[in-house]
Amino acid sequence: MIGFLTLLEKEFLRFWKVAFQTVAAPVLTALLYLLIFGHVLDDHVTVHGVRYTSFLIPGLIMMQVLQNAFANSSSSLIQAKITGSIVFVLLPPIPYGAFFAAYVLAAVLRGLIVGLGVLLATVWFVDLKMMAPLWIVVFSMLGGALFGALGMIAGIWSEKFDQLASFQNFLIMPLTMLSGVFYSIYTLPTFWQGVSHYNPVFYMIDGFRYGFFGVSDVAPETSLLVVIACFTVVSWGTLSLLKRGWKLRA
Amino acid sequence: MVAAVSIVDVVKHFGSLRALAGVSLDIEQGEFFGLLGPNGAGKTTLISSLAGLVRPDSGAISVMGHDVIRDFREARRLLGVVPQELVFDPFFNVRETLRIQSGYFGIRKNDDWIDEILENLDLTSKADVNMRRLSGGMKRRVLVAQALVHRPPVIVLDEPTAGVDVELRQGLWQFIRRLNGEGHTIILTTHYLEEAEALCNRIALMKLGKVVALDTTINLMAAHPGASLEEVFVRTLQS
Repeated sequence: MIGFLTLLEKEFLRFWKVAFQTVAAPVLTALLYLLIFGHVLDDHVTVHGVRYTSFLIPGLIMMQVLQNAFANSSSSLIQAKITGSIVFVLLPPIPYGAFFAAYVLAAVLRGLIVGLGVLLATVWFVDLKMMAPLWIVVFSMLGGALFGALGMIAGIWSEKFDQLASFQNFLIMPLTMLSGVFYSIYTLPTFWQGVSHYNPVFYMIDGFRYGFFGVSDVAPETSLLVVIACFTVVSWGTLSLLKRGWKLRA
Repeated sequence: MVAAVSIVDVVKHFGSLRALAGVSLDIEQGEFFGLLGPNGAGKTTLISSLAGLVRPDSGAISVMGHDVIRDFREARRLLGVVPQELVFDPFFNVRETLRIQSGYFGIRKNDDWIDEILENLDLTSKADVNMRRLSGGMKRRVLVAQALVHRPPVIVLDEPTAGVDVELRQGLWQFIRRLNGEGHTIILTTHYLEEAEALCNRIALMKLGKVVALDTTINLMAAHPGASLEEVFVRTLQS
């Protein structure tokens, strides 16, 4: 237990010591998205009877939760592998389950801190209500955990920073940007609506948004089931890699 | 008495390269053991297998009777390893690094022992300095400190004095000798053969993944009268 708590604390301190880069920067990015898209679209668009800026904020929060959870675990592992400092966590008697839990929890923490930062920075622009706060907590934590675990797979798989960047640019970014952060999928042509239902991030954003407005494209229970299923599959995959020591132990 | 380290017929391939070709040896508790050989002999692969960083294709390794795969938690708790590469975590200072490493081994409040290690390795004045700002020699000392932080009975030093100045080398060996005197088993790989000659009671010479000589330092030297360990090393490898 102490090994797990120490690894969790170390992973937390790793991003907290450079919070300007790991927390403040993504908050600023989200704020810029809000200022630009909100300014252009707020007078012209309403979604589910909600003004566009209000609709956009939960999407931006969740997008940053997911992207930063992914960035935390993936960057920590790739840096440790490339510098060789990974030996410090491979030599001690830390079980692979504790290793997984510490990296994922630290990723969730970073995601939630960034998400809270985005909320605090953007809440001044609109009258944002939280109709079902429990859904907000559940989806942000589960989404962060899923992307934290996905970040572990990317960090373990990558041997160079550009491989990790490919994973981020060609998988994570499209999945999050095309998930309904900036729009309701019902504004899309029928074909693309159907495609969107195969994107698990859509369910995370939609369920998270339900917590604010009490309305969503899909029932939150359905979204929850999809997210739990995805988390189970990705966690199982990550734990299997850790158990085998794939790309960590020769 | 159970052997500090028992290695039985360990084989390891990396693709078509046979890094370890059936290595067997026992290291008794309290020994100062030297593992020598040219580059590519398999020393680091053997040490990595012992530490659980490499998984052998076949064979068995145990530390104080605990198998390094089946009973990895206990085996790793009993082992301290100083890696060959100069690696460090740039986010932390020296004291934080040692506290974190203690925590990984399940030890929360370890500051008394950490202070003692820092003093013995002449690192006290650097305790609050970030790892990035240390010289190579200082970083090497921290690596030694990290290996000792959980008071392991078996300590593996994989070329610990590479790139280290003479003064530190002397201080380091004085401290390691003291630990050996207190009953810790020391396993050393080094390219400085005079160090091995001065420190090790017993030596294994490795070549192409095999142990080609295994005896006490005195016996190895006696077999080649008048020769230095370096000459013994060269003659043994050539034969």
